[in-house]
Amino acid sequence: MNKYFVKVEVKLKPLVLDPQGKAVSSALHNLGYENVKNTRIGKLIELNIEGESEETVRSSVTEMCSKLLANTVIEDFSIHITEEQNA
Amino acid sequence: MPKFGVIVFPGSNCDYDCYNALKNILSYDCEYVWHEDQDLSGFDCIVIPGGFSYGDYLRTGSIARFSPVMESVKSFAGSGKPVIGICNGFQILVESGILPGAFLKNNSLKFVCKWTHLTIENTNTPFTCSIKPGEVLKIPVAHGEGNYFVEDHSLETLITDSQVVFRYCDENGDPKPLNNPNGSVHNIAGICNKAGNVIGMMPHPERSCEDIIGGTDGKLIFESVFSWIESN
Repeated sequence: MNKYFVKVEVKLKPLVLDPQGKAVSSALHNLGYENVKNTRIGKLIELNIEGESEETVRSSVTEMCSKLLANTVIEDFSIHITEEQNA
Repeated sequence: MPKFGVIVFPGSNCDYDCYNALKNILSYDCEYVWHEDQDLSGFDCIVIPGGFSYGDYLRTGSIARFSPVMESVKSFAGSGKPVIGICNGFQILVESGILPGAFLKNNSLKFVCKWTHLTIENTNTPFTCSIKPGEVLKIPVAHGEGNYFVEDHSLETLITDSQVVFRYCDENGDPKPLNNPNGSVHNIAGICNKAGNVIGMMPHPERSCEDIIGGTDGKLIFESVFSWIESN
């Protein structure tokens, strides 16, 4: 078994309005950062996970995303996997 | 006598309000169902109450849907028996795929707690069958994530299949954007599944069953399902 470190990014789909992002945009404008044109807020989920290979880990994390970690009606997800070096 | 079951998740907080409305105000037969129970065989109607099940972690309702009782709720609903999800209960039904759509944070980013008026778009469901078409109900909301969302093409299907049951409106029944407390598409406050036996609604009928707390329109929802069960 190998050890992997997985980052799952969950973001609202582009067509879904993000009221939080809008509020943060206007707060940034109030702070003088008027060059900010858009803000979208998502989630970063980190997993330490064991698996045979990067491929098996990717397929099981994809399953986790569709079952629980993301709601695919409103959210997209992306998975980033790195192998952990044994100390 | 029809028997109601009120599901209790860790973090439910309207379970007693529902039980009180059904048992003490309406004098119906009612029992709590713990989220780890799976036997719903003695019940004629299941109520999934509001609250913050599992702290609403990750997304509202996303963890409660994996409670053992939810598998039984799915088959209970599949057999055509009436199920109502109120507020967090609606969010759980949506996360579990029993009802379509998803919930976003209120567009105001604020928790809204106030009285709303609702139009009845479909009086052919177990929960609305005693309500006259065109009647406007006054029922309160209390939520931070009641902003119901479906993509445009799914909204059209909801409308053509009469799955939109309640819409936020003014006191005359006009569903103006101004009367939408959370930004939900099409002013949607409640929907049903295709068969019509499963309803989800953000407003709290259990909180409007006594004059002393401001209104009794919520009783119509429970009285409807009671008479529906009796006549089926």
